Amino acid sequence: MSSRNLILAALRENQPEFSALPDLDGPISLETEPVEKFKTLATAIGSKIFEVSNFDQIKEVIIKQFSAKARIISSFEELAAIAETDIKGINPHLLENTELAILKAQLGVAENGSMWVPELNMMQRVLPFICQHLALVVYKKDIVSNMHEAYQILGNSNTGFGAFIAGPSKTADIEQSLVLGAHGPRSMTVFIMN
Amino acid sequence: MKDHAELSEEFNKDEARVDWHDETLWFIREKRDKAVHTIPEWEWLRETGSQIKNNVLSNLSVYLEQFESNALANGVKVHWAANAAEHNEIVLSILKGHQVDRMVKSKSMLTEECHLNDYLTGNGIEVIDSDLGERIVQLANETPSHIVLPCIHKKKEEIGDLFHEFLGTAAGESDPQVLTEAARQHLRETFMTRKVALTGVNFAVAETGEFVVCTNEGNADMGAHLSEVHIASMGIEKIIPERKHLGVFLRLLTRSATGQPITTYSSHFMKPRQGQEMHIILVDNGRSRQLGRADFRNSLKCIRCGSCMNTCPVYRRSGGHSYHTAISGPIGAILAPNLDMKDYADLPFASTLCGSCSNVCPVKIDIHEQLYKWRQVLVKDGYVSPVKAISMKAMAFTFANPTVFEVAGKSGRWFMKNFPSLVSNKLNPWYKEREMPEPPKESFREWYSKNRKIT
Repeated sequence: MSSRNLILAALRENQPEFSALPDLDGPISLETEPVEKFKTLATAIGSKIFEVSNFDQIKEVIIKQFSAKARIISSFEELAAIAETDIKGINPHLLENTELAILKAQLGVAENGSMWVPELNMMQRVLPFICQHLALVVYKKDIVSNMHEAYQILGNSNTGFGAFIAGPSKTADIEQSLVLGAHGPRSMTVFIMN
Repeated sequence: MKDHAELSEEFNKDEARVDWHDETLWFIREKRDKAVHTIPEWEWLRETGSQIKNNVLSNLSVYLEQFESNALANGVKVHWAANAAEHNEIVLSILKGHQVDRMVKSKSMLTEECHLNDYLTGNGIEVIDSDLGERIVQLANETPSHIVLPCIHKKKEEIGDLFHEFLGTAAGESDPQVLTEAARQHLRETFMTRKVALTGVNFAVAETGEFVVCTNEGNADMGAHLSEVHIASMGIEKIIPERKHLGVFLRLLTRSATGQPITTYSSHFMKPRQGQEMHIILVDNGRSRQLGRADFRNSLKCIRCGSCMNTCPVYRRSGGHSYHTAISGPIGAILAPNLDMKDYADLPFASTLCGSCSNVCPVKIDIHEQLYKWRQVLVKDGYVSPVKAISMKAMAFTFANPTVFEVAGKSGRWFMKNFPSLVSNKLNPWYKEREMPEPPKESFREWYSKNRKIT
């Protein structure tokens, strides 16, 4: 018998009597001001927040912080003046010198300051991880209270890949000292769009 | 092989280090408490997480088949491994199939359980661990001492020495910021040049065929998205029924582990990247056997947060290596005897049974009760030393017989008073690090029978 069938047979033999799934309609607390809560949590985990109402304001912030020579990549056509907006077909290894990526988050989660980014918004899967700095743009209306609401919105969509991203990459493996910029981005900027 | 008590004794030689280790882990436990107290529905979340896992255990075969067919439909190759050896062979055959002799790996306690690194190295494959803590213990030729914080037992000066030797940092450099930056540069080169990346799996969803990997560093993503071949190794108990259940577990996991509201990255892998090959290895290695043990099957509900270790008064003072198994601490002590009752018979005794582990467990595993039950199984089946078995039998006999108990108490008090060296000596483990108490003049029973007559 194959290992597959051996394992399945052993499980069928050994698993206990069927136990029903619980429903998820529990006493889940909702945020009265999800945007404020999101800002608090995102700041606490090391993100920088800017509230903006158009792409010119985003450009202004970027130009102040990054030199004209820095490689910037963005999924927003509106930022074509300061960023590459088409990296289709590029070998992902060639993105290693990306200084900043500016991508669109599908939703933000107030309870933990994370944002969901599906593969399509990443342009290439590795981009939000390999860039030195990451900026995500999330619309105010897309900020939800908690993870339960987030998954309700995602449903069973199959986007190939997707990630909740919360702040810059970090580690505390050396004596519990927090260091930002482990393997991924050294900083996270969040643009909350009105 | 040295047992838990002997290995703890070695760790305990450096008292200042024990205090530091103890305080560091307790600090993480306190961070967990703070995070938990911000969620009013925390107990509901734990109960719900527990019930979802109960359902998973009762229907595991069905969920695994469902997961397999959905993963296949997503273009992922699915392998089944009955044991550690088969898992390791599958990994090697994938590497050989691509004529590759170097691999980058992100954190996977399952591969530690399977001793994958040793096996691959023995077969001429170079493996580099990319989680910072794991890389540090790998350079030190050690194993992780904690499932979430692999090098929690190491001082920054020791890490500085390792990095000086292997990564060329300045001698005496021990600033965590500088050391982390050196590891970042070194591992970036690794990510850029490895064709095969192996990651662990935190959760796999039967309904969608996807799996979720949680990291703070981004190392799993760097490895996987730059590789031509991504191998994900998972224990079969990592399955959950539906995607919406991730909402429950992602809320529980990191708050319990480190007190963070969520890990920096919760990556959902559904399909391979265009042009990439993706493999999932479903590993049993004793899990189906544990599922058949009614008293111990709950250990399979574990989501590997490590909170039972951070809170455990024994773990904090004995260190993870004293458990001489991949998964240390209270949860490891109930998982390991299933793998080998003889080798790990000491571990269920490495506990005070205080129950703190069960209190913090995010999926409500009755850890301390299982530790107690394992002790009974191990003694009954003859896996503990004859001395311990005899003394436990003698104790049981004494406690069950009031007359013997009274005589034993009296003679104990008499001996302690007249020949204190009989108990206050090195042969008595209770004398270590302690002054023995003054023997009481009389037992409570004697006091009670005297005083009751007066009133």
